[in-house]
Amino acid sequence: MNIYVCIKQVPDTEATILVKDGKTINETNVKWIISPYDEYAIEEALKLREKAAGSKVTAVCLGPERVQSALRTALAMGADAALHVECAAALDSLGTARALAHVIRADKDFGVIFLGRQAIDDDASQLHILLAEELSIPVATNVLAFAYDGGKVRVEREIDEGAAVAAAKGLNTPRYASMMGIMKAKKIEIRKVALAETGVEEAGNLVSLLKLSSPPEKPQGRIIPGEPAAAVHELVKLLREEAKVL
Amino acid sequence: MANIGLYIELKNGAFKKANRELLSLAARGGHNVHAIVFCADARPYLEELKGVQVIVQVQGADLAYQPDRYAATLAAIIEEYKLDVFLGAFSAQGKDLFPRLAAKAKAGLVSDCLAVDLDKRQAVKPVYSGKLLAEYRVAGPRALFTVRPNVIPVEPPAAGGAPELKSRALDTGEPRTRIVEVIQSASQRVDLTEAEIIISGGRAMKAQENFAVLEDLARVLNAGVGASRAAVDAGFASSDMQVGQTGKVVNPKLYIACGISGAIQHFVGMKTSKVIVAVNKDPEAPIFKKADYGIVGDLFTVVPLLNEELKKALG
Ligand SMILES: Cc1cc2nc3c(=O)[nH]c(=O)nc-3n(C[C@H](O)[C@H](O)[C@H](O)COP(=O)(O)OP(=O)(O)OC[C@H]3O[C@@H](n4cnc5c(N)ncnc54)[C@H](O)[C@@H]3O)c2cc1C
Ligand SMILES: Nc1ncnc2c1ncn2[C@@H]1O[C@H](COP(=O)(O)O)[C@@H](O)[C@H]1O
Repeated sequence: MNIYVCIKQVPDTEATILVKDGKTINETNVKWIISPYDEYAIEEALKLREKAAGSKVTAVCLGPERVQSALRTALAMGADAALHVECAAALDSLGTARALAHVIRADKDFGVIFLGRQAIDDDASQLHILLAEELSIPVATNVLAFAYDGGKVRVEREIDEGAAVAAAKGLNTPRYASMMGIMKAKKIEIRKVALAETGVEEAGNLVSLLKLSSPPEKPQGRIIPGEPAAAVHELVKLLREEAKVL
Repeated sequence: MANIGLYIELKNGAFKKANRELLSLAARGGHNVHAIVFCADARPYLEELKGVQVIVQVQGADLAYQPDRYAATLAAIIEEYKLDVFLGAFSAQGKDLFPRLAAKAKAGLVSDCLAVDLDKRQAVKPVYSGKLLAEYRVAGPRALFTVRPNVIPVEPPAAGGAPELKSRALDTGEPRTRIVEVIQSASQRVDLTEAEIIISGGRAMKAQENFAVLEDLARVLNAGVGASRAAVDAGFASSDMQVGQTGKVVNPKLYIACGISGAIQHFVGMKTSKVIVAVNKDPEAPIFKKADYGIVGDLFTVVPLLNEELKKALG
């Protein structure tokens, strides 16, 4: 079985994000990482490979030139192959799903695809479902536990908070790339597919970005002085009379 | 005048607060509003749905949420009633349902919106975990939006004529996934993404049992209890309690952070809270730069005091 994992490259979670020209971000000094949820996806794909003998993990990423470093990291973590859908344009989620579906569909032996529940740049939280619909395959979101048995997948997913699936920890702990993994990854060639080959183009976008802006900054708050009892008394007063939230 | 559709989410038959927010949003601008409710008889919700023009009740033998059937049914309703814009909450269910609907209806979807312009089909949503705001426009005959809970102010419904009550059968296509079992989470009493007040604990909680201190306070305030990733990773709290970049994004009117340092990844999950209170024993903790009110002190002293004080003030 061929296992796929779709990853997105995003700015580091610590990065300060500034708007450049109203529509793009200033990329100078931005450190790029694999979107955190996608690391869980990679880990789960690798774990499944360990169980399903003879299977292979391919990491796929659609994006500009720079995303090759994300694919290298996935290879260093243990993926067997990497596929780069070359796209410098800003595709919407449906377009991205179509392009990814195109390259995965070409593999007649694809079995399970792992993705993150959301990419932490656009936070669109939809690509996994759009991809599954595009490929006419079942999809489960927000997965906390995954099991594969004889061609059937069983997951535990968090549903409406309140009646949730209990899980003491998240899905898994993503592994780090080992030195050996990094060396091995260097020798694997990343396969490239031009966006044009997928038949998807930016002109087909249904959702387009009009403007990016920085949200208003919150003014700095204040520390309530005094002994705990006095400070707490004052806090409750402020919450009721000034902030009016109680 | 556009045809607006609203996905009305029920939770064990109860009308969710997020629905009222959607109704308030749709009521602006004199549109033709359709409320879609998955229940055999929508009449008990007539009062809640006041102001809408059409109610479509979806009937079927088994109306428990099944994503494939729900999406297929809604896609058909969108066609039949020529709905130009379709709205839902960015809830656990909305996140699962709307992308399927987008694929089926071949419509653009903007998720997690803070504001939606129904006429222009434009919406503002947070991106980069709320570090920026993005404005999007949806082209094509249909536009889909999911709206972040707790953002749109709820307004009393405008008086209007009695809505037209329509019925439709649930799609009965073979679903691709099957629910084997629903397991009740041990932790949550209050839905964090909809909670008005949240009390969160960090690494400083030191043990799972100590969360009882926060739960006591939560009971007084009818609040939800959250946690930092450090608290979750250490096993003090379950992962469905995690607030932040890789946890939940919450939006209460009051967020009380106890023993949480205020790392950026935590902050982006709660920064839109109306009022943030921090309790931390380190006066240099970064959380104090982001909180509206801070108390420097040991949380195990401060929280019980706060509990007593609130009981006095609210009781
Ligand atoms: C990719 C990525 C994603 C992440 N996602 C998340 C996320 O979703 N959510 C999240 O929370 N974090 C997330 N993190 C982790 C984040 O960076 C911090 O490590 C984490 O938030 C720290 O948790 P904490 O504040 O509880 O612990 P600490 O940073 O250890 O802070 C504990 C605080 O408690 C105070 N304290 C100690 N004892 C007491 C006491 N008795 N009374 C009062 N105060 C006391 C200390 O002064 C300190 O400020 C993520 C990190 C990465 C890299
Ligand atoms: N450009 C991309 N290339 C590969 N996978 C992607 C891309 N964008 C999103 N994904 C995957 O889809 C998931 C959801 O993304 P999103 O819908 O953008 O929040 C991510 O966590 C990734 O697994």
